[in-house]
Amino acid sequence: MTLQPLTSPYIPNTEAERAELLRAVGARSVDDLFHDIPEGHRNPPLEMPAPLSEMELRAELQRLSEKNFHAGKHPSFLGAGVYHHYTPAAIAPLVLRGEFLTSYTPYQPEVSQGTLQGTFEFQTMTAQLLGMEVANAGMYDGGTALAEAALMACRVTKRYKVAVVDTVNPHYVEAIRTYASPQGIDVYAIPAGATSLQADTACVVAQYPNFLGYVEDVRALADLAHGAGALLCTANDPVAMALFRSPGSFGVDIATAEAQALGVPPSFGGPFVGMFACKSEYVRQMPGRIAGRTTDAQGRSGYVLTLQPREQHIRRERATSNICTSTALIALWSTIYVALMGKRGLRHVAELCYQKAHYAASEIAKLPGYRLPVGGTFFQEFVVSCPRPPAEVSLAMEEAGIIGGYDVSDRVPNGLLLCVTEVNTKAQIDKLVSVLGGLR
Amino acid sequence: MVATAANVASAQMDHRLLMERSVPGRVGVTLPGSDVPAQALPDAAMLRQDLYLPEVTEGEVVRYFTNLSQLNFSVDTNFYPLGSCTMKYNPKVNDWAAGLAGFAHAHPMQSDRQMQGTLEVMHRLQGYLAELTGMAGVSLTPLAGAHGELAGVLMIRAALQARGQGHRKKMLIPESAHGTNPASAAMSGYHVVSIPSDKNGDIDLDAVRREAGDDLAGVMFTQPTTLGLFDRNAEEMCRIVHGAGGLVYGDGANMNALLGRVKLGHLGFDVVHLNLHKTFSTPHGGGGPGAGPVCVTEELAPFLPGPVVSAQPSESGARYALTKPPRSIGRVGGYQGNFGVLVRAFTYITLLGGQGMRDISANAVLNANYLKARLRPLFDLPFDRPVMHEVVFSARKRKGARAIDVSKRLLDYGFHAPTMYFPLVVDEALMIEPTETESKETLDAFVDALRRIDEEAAADEHFLHGAPYTTPISRLDEAKAARQPYLRWKRE
Repeated sequence: MTLQPLTSPYIPNTEAERAELLRAVGARSVDDLFHDIPEGHRNPPLEMPAPLSEMELRAELQRLSEKNFHAGKHPSFLGAGVYHHYTPAAIAPLVLRGEFLTSYTPYQPEVSQGTLQGTFEFQTMTAQLLGMEVANAGMYDGGTALAEAALMACRVTKRYKVAVVDTVNPHYVEAIRTYASPQGIDVYAIPAGATSLQADTACVVAQYPNFLGYVEDVRALADLAHGAGALLCTANDPVAMALFRSPGSFGVDIATAEAQALGVPPSFGGPFVGMFACKSEYVRQMPGRIAGRTTDAQGRSGYVLTLQPREQHIRRERATSNICTSTALIALWSTIYVALMGKRGLRHVAELCYQKAHYAASEIAKLPGYRLPVGGTFFQEFVVSCPRPPAEVSLAMEEAGIIGGYDVSDRVPNGLLLCVTEVNTKAQIDKLVSVLGGLR
Repeated sequence: MVATAANVASAQMDHRLLMERSVPGRVGVTLPGSDVPAQALPDAAMLRQDLYLPEVTEGEVVRYFTNLSQLNFSVDTNFYPLGSCTMKYNPKVNDWAAGLAGFAHAHPMQSDRQMQGTLEVMHRLQGYLAELTGMAGVSLTPLAGAHGELAGVLMIRAALQARGQGHRKKMLIPESAHGTNPASAAMSGYHVVSIPSDKNGDIDLDAVRREAGDDLAGVMFTQPTTLGLFDRNAEEMCRIVHGAGGLVYGDGANMNALLGRVKLGHLGFDVVHLNLHKTFSTPHGGGGPGAGPVCVTEELAPFLPGPVVSAQPSESGARYALTKPPRSIGRVGGYQGNFGVLVRAFTYITLLGGQGMRDISANAVLNANYLKARLRPLFDLPFDRPVMHEVVFSARKRKGARAIDVSKRLLDYGFHAPTMYFPLVVDEALMIEPTETESKETLDAFVDALRRIDEEAAADEHFLHGAPYTTPISRLDEAKAARQPYLRWKRE
């Protein structure tokens, strides 16, 4: 007889046990248990592939993953909101521990102190990096964090207009519009140097460093917003915050960040985690989960989810947000990253990014036909005006085995957004410069 | 009292926070120096002078977080029958797949041509989810269940506006619904009307008919319901709502019961979200990440949140492409979904195949009915019908053993608590979901523990109020936490 495949590795019930369970239930067959489903719709045909063994499956996934032209194999100069940074080896084994990986939202704090204390560490780290008073347990990603910040500013001010600076990540602006429009919130664009706002504006939304990598005048934006009775909400790069002044130091009211930059793999866009922090006077308007410290009957200190009357499971349609499952595990990942880097390591990474990016920019600027058309201070990303359309430049880079450049020709003529971080060596940068120099 | 591993770990553990462990000069990582000519830093006034972060070594970090992890219950260590959360075993091959270099290093802004591998995974997953729900279109972009709800309701809103019916503002939601449903409806600009169940636990059709007017936008409905029942009125409810010009949203949180048994599209649902972190075995991570793909009918497909993956023959080899649906509600997040979660679900479905899907629902439903049969003598059962993937009991029967007391005492026996006090329509609710990945021995041990707890309550009606006794900490003062919020470490 031909050997048949072994299947169902995740279901313990054997045929004999199923019969035993059915007897206890008082049913003749498993199908009997589904009798409430209308007969005409019950057990429909399913066009799905046959099962694969784990061995065959891994070969298939390996094949699919290698179809990508990816930064595990090729140097990358692509950023535009998602950054390749070095991930220390100690992070994954901790985050993938089953006790963290396979637990639920900590509804039973007595058996969830690991998750809760980790969340408290994330809140502490978020508040410290952004220079803010309080932070929550995290949002889905940087884009939704910024969108929820704008909604929160509307709740705080009871105004329904949002002014978005035109140097904010365009994907984030789209998310803000998706979130704002059903609530009747009007979203309008302003230049970074704007000196006035429309009447009844709830908040100014800005990015620091901005989408093109440059440092905005956050002080001026704060004055603009506060002078009009509005709040200032920012999206930030947490690595840049180790080098540049914090949003809190400029009086930002709600500061958010895409924490992917804290050593989280790009993973084609997620899972990431959004950092969300604000002034303490607004804490009860915050969306999402918040962990707090308290004590038990014996006076021992411990952590719980707190300020829950803001949330959907209590407040239902009057909640500050609909968030339930968020992205706790990635918050843990970024927390462990910052713990390993520490005060000196994170500053070191930020300075390496700055040094290498400025070296790359200065070398590219020497090439005939290339210019740096945007003025001001940048961190690790900058715009290059190319002699040829950016799409062609990126293609030439791909042919040379290099990933990157993000086409920003909709903003800057022949503009290509390049990113250089600590993972890029001088040799890679020199190769990039040589490839660009070969294009006329 | 039994000393559990968690209890022992906690007693020995150093509970100090990272900042309290910090010693100036320590570092937890090596980093290279700069290999480029030195570049001038910007003016000092622009630079950070007040960066407070911990300074600890790698060994200290590893020990701290390892010790923290040991304070948790998890599926890998404990039976976790948390109702409506589908805490099934999470296969390790899923994590291996997400960690493959070609996936982990894939940048979301790379061109389609460079990303054919990830796009093929997403396209095939879209197809599997469409087949399982009987729907025409799928977007994988929503980042969690509630995020899928928001996307779904926004599509209903957009479709009604396209029909010239934008004035419809009323969303019906059963009383038993999860809190995210009304919250998502409100975020989408809808006014929520609560609908009761009838005496059998199905939705009250007369109540639906009464609300089915020209102002009706639709209904948000969970099938099977949060009572663990397959709602026999769902098909008729869809007819009523459609007849009145509304659309039907299906919350797929409980799809584990229905895999391969019925396609929600066949019952008349217009949009359904799925929780990949429940039904399709991706780990919950202590509160995410999840993924909440939305599956829709032909009519709603143009409104899907973008981007979605489309396939067409192409000379350049770029067969798969990210595209924005023609009348998309827009982006709901930064990129194209939680790919690291999507690839885990793809791995799971590909390993199990179509027959595997039916085996999941068969065993999940069988296990839940077994627990129902075994636990009936101990608790009140509000609705005596065959259940689906979970069973909801009421603990109102015995003095000294409220739902919270039973739940907390279960922790002492090494079992995570059921979902308690939900759904709200059942007094002292205990919602138990065993899933298909638990063995009969585990279910029997769980029943034995509940029996002993019942005896403990009978012997001393105050005993359970002090539970849990063996966990790292006992019941925490939540009122104090809210009254004096202490939400981050601060320098004393």
